[in-house]
Amino acid sequence: MSILYDKTSRVIVQGMTGREGLYHTKNMLASGTQVVGGVTPGKGGTEVEGLPVFDTVAEAKAKTGADVSCIFVPPLGAADAIMEAAHAGMAVTVCITEGIPTNDMTRVAAYLKEHPTRLIGPNCPGLATPGQGKVGIMPYHIFKEGDVGFVSRSGTLTYEVVALLTQAGIGQSSCIGIGGDPIIGTTFLDCLRLFEADPNTAAVVMCGEIGGSDEEDAAAYAATMSKPVIGFISGRTAPPGKRMGHAGAIVSGKTGSAQGKVEALQAAHVPVAETIFDIPSLVKQALGR
Amino acid sequence: MKIHEYQAKEILRRYGVPVQPGKIATTPDQTEAIAREFGVPVVIKAQVYVGGRGKAGGIQFGDTPEQAREAAARVLGMDIKGLTVEKVLVVPKIAIKEEYYLGVVFDRASQAPVVIVSAAGGIDIEEVAEKEPEKIIRHVVDVRWGLLPLDARNMLAQAGVPSVVVAKGSAILTALTRAYMESDATLAEINPLALTEDGQVLAADAKILIDDNALVRQKEYAGWAEPEEANPLEFEAKAEGLTYVKLDGDVGIIGNGAGLVMTTLDMVARAGGKPANFLDIGGGAKAEVMRKALLFVARDPQVKGIVVNIFGGITRGEEVAKGIIMAQSELPAGMPIVARLSGTGEAEGRALLADAGLTWGADMRDAAQKIVAEINAKEAAGGAQ
Repeated sequence: MSILYDKTSRVIVQGMTGREGLYHTKNMLASGTQVVGGVTPGKGGTEVEGLPVFDTVAEAKAKTGADVSCIFVPPLGAADAIMEAAHAGMAVTVCITEGIPTNDMTRVAAYLKEHPTRLIGPNCPGLATPGQGKVGIMPYHIFKEGDVGFVSRSGTLTYEVVALLTQAGIGQSSCIGIGGDPIIGTTFLDCLRLFEADPNTAAVVMCGEIGGSDEEDAAAYAATMSKPVIGFISGRTAPPGKRMGHAGAIVSGKTGSAQGKVEALQAAHVPVAETIFDIPSLVKQALGR
Repeated sequence: MKIHEYQAKEILRRYGVPVQPGKIATTPDQTEAIAREFGVPVVIKAQVYVGGRGKAGGIQFGDTPEQAREAAARVLGMDIKGLTVEKVLVVPKIAIKEEYYLGVVFDRASQAPVVIVSAAGGIDIEEVAEKEPEKIIRHVVDVRWGLLPLDARNMLAQAGVPSVVVAKGSAILTALTRAYMESDATLAEINPLALTEDGQVLAADAKILIDDNALVRQKEYAGWAEPEEANPLEFEAKAEGLTYVKLDGDVGIIGNGAGLVMTTLDMVARAGGKPANFLDIGGGAKAEVMRKALLFVARDPQVKGIVVNIFGGITRGEEVAKGIIMAQSELPAGMPIVARLSGTGEAEGRALLADAGLTWGADMRDAAQKIVAEINAKEAAGGAQ
């Protein structure tokens, strides 16, 4: 099994007719994802890859029974696209878009309180459930079916670590990239809760980075979980006050340092890998394999 | 994006916040002329992108036009925390009775802007927050309707400011919040908000930071961007669309994806090297982008070698390899480069690099160790000559 997505999920792509949207729609189809349509205002009634395109998410949901949306809309339109997905009642909304103004996301955060959807991202690679497909842009060939849950703020770092796990013979239940922005819909803590409740997840790997305090919040919960969590924190050499690529990756004042996160995880008895190469052995140890 | 005090005040003026008349001078002559125009005494304030100007001597007074000229001569060209003062703001001196703090800042935990008021103004607000947290009044803004005047009045009353400041300050606080939201700021503060001896309430200093992600729609403010003298490369990188952060070591680092580049930095540090920079070329980069990135990193005179770490998904290994080979002839002779490419196009990329005599890293750790070893070997050879 899995969290957030499985092979019964019916996916629409907002921004499917754009270059990125089209490219990744094809990849999602190739990975076995049930993409059932797309949304591009002004292109309603056309078809892409044999799939119907609608003007609105509401229409797409009514006609296709979609419950998951994947957003490739450019930055200035993306906040509205997220709210449209929520308004239409999508259970899960995955927003890949990077560079959404923070002000727009504060409005999204307020809107979602009254129009709930499980938002993943923005500025994220999406999610994948090995053997069942993916929503987003993760390279699907690196995964292997298994029982280790994976959650990270980053894209390519996720791929590196997943590839290491797969090479070590450790398969994954679901992999979630929660995104590198200061405002994201789903946090590490949310993912740990979902993995804790998933009967097919035996352990969780959590790759955090500098900035904010989501890792610290998750650490406190990890201490209470029945399943082992293995941690890794990126950005140990990042100086304070410098934004390291991700809009959210910044040590400001005393909050967000790598050291603080490592200490919080260790205090919660979460083993923290010194380098990504130590992650597979820590997982094996934790699972007694 | 940072902007200067005079620009922040210009934004606030548009929202109806009372600010003193002020003019910018880049020479002592201009300063003297402005002092004559406004009438003395005047304050001469260095316009630089750092805090702590006052302590560094960047704020001076002129009781006569001649003194204003001399003060400007001292401030212009002054070095404040590594930045050279190129312009000063000249304003009439006011008789301040009391100083307060008003601010709006994006708060990650609330996922919303937070308005902060304190009767302890004119000093570092973070210090107040730490030492006397009871003096800080906070209010999370509901972005659907912004800051209501009633919220503003309640905050000021709670902060214990005089009645006149509750009345006049609440209009300023709601205007400040509107300015924050409509200019896509991540921080907007008035510190101090001054109550003058003659009962005026005005913004004596102001600071605004604009969200980089919003500059595409805040075109006027985007046009205010100036190179930060301390980091000219970072300014240029932004213009070229590269995500580059200058650090103080000597190992240049290029990768795709913020998390991966950050992890590569850590790996180089573990291997005993010191990262010179962070450079993320993003997803799907072509050879030309790779070439540009290498040449860019090498412009930092501290860089002694460069490691390239690419996880190939949409980025193809052979494109990366071609970019490295293109850049090779343009880089300083003999500069060590170690590349590590995995995934899509790995074999093709590896073959191209081998033909060009470039070092290959089996994985991120191997690449980090190899670049540090190559730089050390080159240094040792250089020292022996």
